[in-house]
Amino acid sequence: MKYKLFGVLRRAGFLVLVVWTVVSLVTLLIELVPGDPATAVLGDQATPEQLAQFRAKHGLDRPAFFFGFPHDENGRRRFRWYGLDNRYDDYWVAILHGDLGSSFRTDRPVIDLILERYPATIELAIAAMIIAVSIAIPLGVIAGTHRGTWLDNVVSVFALIGISLPSFVIGPMLVYVFAVKLGWLAPSGRFDVTDIILPAVTLGAALSAILTRMVRSSVIEEMNEGYVRTARAKGLSERTVVYKHVLKNGLIPVVTVLGLQLGILLAGAIITEKIFGWPGLGLLLVEDGIAKRDYSIVQGCVLAISTTYILANTLTDVVYGWLDPRIRVA
Amino acid sequence: MNRLAIIGFIIVFIFIIVALCAPWIATYDVGATNLSLRYIPPSAAHWFGTDSTGRDIFSRVVFGARISLEVGIVVVAVSAFVGTIIGAIAGYYGGWLDRILSGYLFNVFLAFPGLLLAIALVAFLGAGLNKLIFALCIIGWVGYARLIRAQVLKVREYDFVQAARALGAGDFRILLRHILPNAVQPLIVQASLGMAGAVLSEASLSFLGLGVPPPAPSWGVMIEEARDLSTLQAAPHALIFPGLAIALTVLAFNFIGDGLREYLDPRQRRP
Repeated sequence: MKYKLFGVLRRAGFLVLVVWTVVSLVTLLIELVPGDPATAVLGDQATPEQLAQFRAKHGLDRPAFFFGFPHDENGRRRFRWYGLDNRYDDYWVAILHGDLGSSFRTDRPVIDLILERYPATIELAIAAMIIAVSIAIPLGVIAGTHRGTWLDNVVSVFALIGISLPSFVIGPMLVYVFAVKLGWLAPSGRFDVTDIILPAVTLGAALSAILTRMVRSSVIEEMNEGYVRTARAKGLSERTVVYKHVLKNGLIPVVTVLGLQLGILLAGAIITEKIFGWPGLGLLLVEDGIAKRDYSIVQGCVLAISTTYILANTLTDVVYGWLDPRIRVA
Repeated sequence: MNRLAIIGFIIVFIFIIVALCAPWIATYDVGATNLSLRYIPPSAAHWFGTDSTGRDIFSRVVFGARISLEVGIVVVAVSAFVGTIIGAIAGYYGGWLDRILSGYLFNVFLAFPGLLLAIALVAFLGAGLNKLIFALCIIGWVGYARLIRAQVLKVREYDFVQAARALGAGDFRILLRHILPNAVQPLIVQASLGMAGAVLSEASLSFLGLGVPPPAPSWGVMIEEARDLSTLQAAPHALIFPGLAIALTVLAFNFIGDGLREYLDPRQRRP
């Protein structure tokens, strides 16, 4: 019990450390913006007063960190300690109050924008996962039980294509076939229930390929186990043997990968959302944040996506250890 | 060596030749637009057809190989170099240094979605080839570092290392002459998979408008330009050829990486 508590504490400690790193990165990276964010947002035409007002409004006139190396009267860089009067500290205080600042362009609170878009991204990731699993399990079982036959080869080639074709190739190709040529589905947007099909297939394609391979090798491995021989010997049909016995054991490694992939799907959704104009966090990041140089949105989105990713991975670890005590991390 | 790895080697060989000899292989000027020649389907004059501004897609795909190869080689070389040094230090010296490096730094980098970090870096730094390469190196080194650390930990305890130490060899000499040569094989596997990753990431970032700016013939840029509905309707080949180029290149490097891994470590052979 004592051991377990230690493990939980260590994991929680690491989680805090990672989130701290991410927050530090997004707050300090803004210093790397060529020129400065005020000029980037307001343009070259802005008057010095406008720039000063903008900087004051978003706290950009204040020091970035606890210390800095500003120029002194002689133009030399000198070490200077600012104490708690800095933006890094401000950002932390604000985050702990659930405030991620406001958009540089529209003044809307970033947290509202993120909460508005968050459900769409989660919806897309879950839909992609459902599609991936419902393709991968039957295909993997077929390939595994027909090992070495033409069926197995066809499935393997399919999986290979799925792994090597990036989403920004698959997506537009699906748009071409199902929206442009056949006219069955809309090429972009999120208005109708069916609008999720193409983005979800695009996002889930690579995952379904990876899972198909995993299910295949898992099934092959399990088929050699003693319990399969026993099940067959007692006269069970091959179908029952495969779906009731083999698959149950064979899916354990698949479940872990699935959990880890949820995080990858959330990050990968950035590209898919851009292809299909799917109004999730990724689109917010790319179109409202990066393209319009609205750096407070960029900060908020990076923070939101990576925190979700990290939490999803940690949760997978915990659930997995709970499902299978042999692999519980001490 | 398995058959897929050989196919991989052949494709990569062609890819390198095409990238190196691009000016002689390309049939047209990559930037030359001609609106009277838009959307021409593949033909004898334009093997892969033309795009929405009448540029020859074959020539652009050929020059695109150059960008991919350049990014891939630089990213893999820099990441492997930096990763090897950091991994070797962590593994060889151990103790608190290792705890900071592998316990904190490696894990933080691995706990963070790589593509997102690259996107964030480029978003703040501004788009461009050099910044893209920098961002990919920042996310790339940790894989090598972890690998080398594990190898060093393993080899460090071997008798020949103890013998070298007994003979009075310094840390640097032991690392360079005795430990690292034994860690080269997995490094090559990782580098091959890393090439696939770098080519894919470059195309992804360029597709998002964060990499090589248009009109440069990056495969990612070409796909981004080919995916608006009117182009898609009139010239699906503008999407298909750069897409195939990315897929084949990524596939080939993955084949090589998987093949080498199996070859070097028969235990990992696919059932």
